[in-house]
Amino acid sequence: MAPPSADLKLLGSWASSYTHRVQLALKLKGLAFEYAEEDLAEKSPSLLLHNPIYKKVPVLLHRGRPVLESVIILHYLDETWPDVPLMPGDPYDRALARFWCHIVDDKLGPAVGAVFASPSEGQAAAVEQVHENLRLVERELRDGAFAGRRFFGGDKIGVLDVVLGCGSYWLAVFEEVMEVKLVDPEAFPLFHSWLRDFEEQEEVKAIIPAIDRLLEYARGVRQMMLGLSSQQQ
Amino acid sequence: MADQSKGVKLYGTSFNGHTTMVDCALRLKGVAYEYVEEDRKNKSEALLKLNPVHKQVPVLVVDGKPIAETLIILQHIDDVWKDPPFLPEDPYKRAKVRFWADFVSKKVVPIMHTVVASKGDEQKTAAEEFAGYLMTMEDGIREELWTGGPFVNGDSPGLLDVVMGSSYMWIKFIEAVVGVKVAKREKTPLLCSFMEAFVELDAVKELMTPPEVLLQRRMGNPSA
Repeated sequence: MAPPSADLKLLGSWASSYTHRVQLALKLKGLAFEYAEEDLAEKSPSLLLHNPIYKKVPVLLHRGRPVLESVIILHYLDETWPDVPLMPGDPYDRALARFWCHIVDDKLGPAVGAVFASPSEGQAAAVEQVHENLRLVERELRDGAFAGRRFFGGDKIGVLDVVLGCGSYWLAVFEEVMEVKLVDPEAFPLFHSWLRDFEEQEEVKAIIPAIDRLLEYARGVRQMMLGLSSQQQ
Repeated sequence: MADQSKGVKLYGTSFNGHTTMVDCALRLKGVAYEYVEEDRKNKSEALLKLNPVHKQVPVLVVDGKPIAETLIILQHIDDVWKDPPFLPEDPYKRAKVRFWADFVSKKVVPIMHTVVASKGDEQKTAAEEFAGYLMTMEDGIREELWTGGPFVNGDSPGLLDVVMGSSYMWIKFIEAVVGVKVAKREKTPLLCSFMEAFVELDAVKELMTPPEVLLQRRMGNPSA
């Protein structure tokens, strides 16, 4: 039987890891929602109305009222539907989860994006930046705050798993498209095994797009970027 | 009521807006804490160990456990010391407060740095952008959060009051540097009123560095 209507609508984009975060959280919490795919080249009036400042996905509409920014949406979902919590209970663990979510969005994510956007001369430096950031995460998994855990959230997926995990599949995509090694299992064994466990979760498999679609998409964007940069020379 | 059971230490730097935010938050909650002044040009071993990722202040240490990143520290303070609360009870309003705090971090703080560090036309443009962001915040706060004041949070200051109130002297300083009003009362009446109410609070008054002092400091160091 379908879960009762929570009056939720998500404006998103199929290739956006920020959208996937929210979709995964909704799935983990067993919340039904309506999904509207946004064409980011031609944004809908609804998107522009509800997110006039950033004009970005995801936008969650609950009873018609917008909640913006993926991590803020995750907090909102947790506070409104506290069953199947994403955030830890202990205040210090919560602070740590927030800190590392911030690192993902402030450092690791942009570093991975930079690899993708870099011309061949800049690639080595961009790859090293990704490795530097992965080393931070690996260290926390090895002897830091998350040592000994299967997931960042413990035995079950939590907010940091969602935030880091939805996006980490781009690593494999970029490795293939750019022909670089980003996550060497020997250099990052714990990150590697965490990601494998994350991607094996039923809910995650249901959310993340097929790798072929992601590869095709990434190749297209890369071609376009190279085309643009050669025009600028 | 001050909680003496937790050892609380704040590593900060004077003339640092983010340090002021955390300082204010602790005082508003009545937390007993030790303050450690860090030299930005010569960071202590302790700081580098406590915040190996960013190597920056502010860092708050509670019972030996360090927390970095200003907004995360502020939310942690609110999580541990409940009274008075920095966030509304309603999850939707909480999401709005978090959105605007994030906006300050993403847009307002960087443009303030740009204004201070630039000159001439570039500085004027940055100042206009800054004024624009404040007007955007004004509209957002009025539509989504304001319940009559004196603070965004209502009767007592909350997260946005701490963040913007702590920045008030810096805003005045920037206005003096550029020679242009950025927070105009007729354009941003709510912002002006809650920031002014904040800096007058007994708990935080002495932490507010007068703009004249910030200006003098800049004369000795034009990038400050």
